[in-house]
Amino acid sequence: MSEIAISANNLTKKYGEITAVNGLSFEIKKAELFGFIGPDGAGKTTLFRILSTLLLPDSGNATLAGFDVVNDYKKIRNIIGYMPGRFSLYQDLSVEENLKFFATIFGTTIKENYELIKDIYIQIEPFKTRPAGKLSGGMKQKLALCCALIHKPEVLVLDEPTTGVDAVSRKEFWEMLKRLKESGITIIVSTPYMDEAGLCDRVSLIQGGNIMSTDTPANIIKAFNKTLFAVKSHEMYRLMQDLHEWDATETTYLFGQHIHLTIQKGNKSEIAAFLTDKQHKEVEIQEIEPNIEDSFMRLMSKH
Amino acid sequence: MKRFKGFVIKEFYHIFRDYRTMVILFGMPFVQILIFGFAITNEIKNAGIAILDNSKDAVTQKITNKILSSDYFKLEKNLINYSEIEDNFRKGKIKEVIVFEHDFAKKLEKEKKAGIQIIADASDPNTASMLSSYTLSIINSYQQEMMKYQKFPMQIEPEVKMLYNEELKGVFMFVPGTITILLMLISAMMTSISITREKELGTMEVLLVSPLKPMQIIIGKVFPYIFIAFSIAIIILLMGFTVFGMPVQGNLLLLLGECLLFIIMALSLGIFISTLCKTQQIAMMISMFALMLPTILLSGFIFPIENMPVPLQILSNIVPTRWFIIIIKAILLKGVGIAYIWKETLVIAGMTVIFIGLSIKKFKVRLS
Repeated sequence: MSEIAISANNLTKKYGEITAVNGLSFEIKKAELFGFIGPDGAGKTTLFRILSTLLLPDSGNATLAGFDVVNDYKKIRNIIGYMPGRFSLYQDLSVEENLKFFATIFGTTIKENYELIKDIYIQIEPFKTRPAGKLSGGMKQKLALCCALIHKPEVLVLDEPTTGVDAVSRKEFWEMLKRLKESGITIIVSTPYMDEAGLCDRVSLIQGGNIMSTDTPANIIKAFNKTLFAVKSHEMYRLMQDLHEWDATETTYLFGQHIHLTIQKGNKSEIAAFLTDKQHKEVEIQEIEPNIEDSFMRLMSKH
Repeated sequence: MKRFKGFVIKEFYHIFRDYRTMVILFGMPFVQILIFGFAITNEIKNAGIAILDNSKDAVTQKITNKILSSDYFKLEKNLINYSEIEDNFRKGKIKEVIVFEHDFAKKLEKEKKAGIQIIADASDPNTASMLSSYTLSIINSYQQEMMKYQKFPMQIEPEVKMLYNEELKGVFMFVPGTITILLMLISAMMTSISITREKELGTMEVLLVSPLKPMQIIIGKVFPYIFIAFSIAIIILLMGFTVFGMPVQGNLLLLLGECLLFIIMALSLGIFISTLCKTQQIAMMISMFALMLPTILLSGFIFPIENMPVPLQILSNIVPTRWFIIIIKAILLKGVGIAYIWKETLVIAGMTVIFIGLSIKKFKVRLS
């Protein structure tokens, strides 16, 4: 299991003045489900395009299954399954025709690898004569995944496969990825949704073209070595401002109904005292377990 | 090969599902041929003329009769003096006025020379020049007849003869032109659009990350259009034959072969355009403005190249349709063989090689 499927060494890609990918290095093991988590514009798509041989890095190098992404691009294109961030199937072809087309251009048939896509395809099979353009968002992504899988790739590259997909479909999608991983396929996936990070074996948190941390989701959370408070009051906007200006505040950000707060030192009662001083009413302060998003926000504010 | 076949099948699906485009593609040859053939005709038939006969003698009467007995002219009015000429032109009923000078017969006898003035309405220059040359040739032929039995010294008269299209049927000119324009439009525009569409919709990204070779993608893209363009060429030829009775004088196989060569040239031009553009819209604009206008204006289809200013004449050399129109007219109307058109054929073949070479050089195996 320690075989390396993908490795990158100091990958850099610039668009004019903007550095999209800034000296990234990482190693991904075979049959690993590896996530790149980061906001829009973090450089995820650029990175994935470099790995899929669609873009040339300005410097650094990367290999996929031992093949160099620049020199051996033809070999990589035989063993990779790539699903771009934008829906990229033929909208005027039916579900079945799309799948058949991708099977043919990879020199295989639907029958040959049906086992691999069966679980997914079965869900869209009732609509197999429908043009792909008329499917719902979740269906489209399932079909795209089928098309990327039909030639039994060694490495699956999925660029934001769950963006714009409803919560139920997203959950199903991740379950499928887990099953695929078990069949020995290395999967790299990018997503802007931090709650999906926990579903990966390992994740890299990426921002502004830099990797801020690479580890298992559990370890990333463990690295959050501070007490985290969830704070609430009757006047959230002013609360936010007050906490921002407070000397003791380390990080503070809005998280759903609450404000998540870490302080340099001290405990719950000091926060309470500060807020009473600022005349906040209906104050709630709780100590909570940090999740991966908190880790990300913390890493982000550090950089 | 199987991959290629799968790709071509997919292309046919795209084309046949987009039935609006299909209707336009196959409707266009019919509409264009019928419009050019019937409506926009530059054929001369019963053109209204007026005659101002200042002499009114036997000779002018004979000439007048000879002119009017041809089908080309119809006498609208006999004029009495010059001042009426412009007035009648303005009314638009007449296209030409023939003026005989005073004492026409007498002068002809004594001085061996008499004047006829032909005034044509040059607001439509093509018709005007045609009418005047018809009139001249009728007068010439009359003059020759007279010479025969009056035993005048032999005189060589300028002869205007309409070669290859004696009846000056407009449709004979428009069939080659329409074939040329439609083949160019369909081949270059449709391929450039269909390739840029893959780029625009992001499917090119997926195709690139597949074992398909760039050659397979490109040839697979243009393959269906060879069929479509070729069947349109045949439709036009058939219509020319059935509706307008226009025969193919030359070798039909040679003609179809030349059409195929021209289609391939236009397709490679389309591929080349697509390597330059990122969106369908740009590809369409380039095909429309950079290709269609020169094709129509500089190819000699509507305006004779000899009449153009020299810079435009030189420019017309790089317009591929110019050469194809020469070829197709030569085979269709003159019935010549390859021996007469090998130079033009070579030019088109050369252009094909250049466009394919450029496209291969410009085609990207990666994004950007």
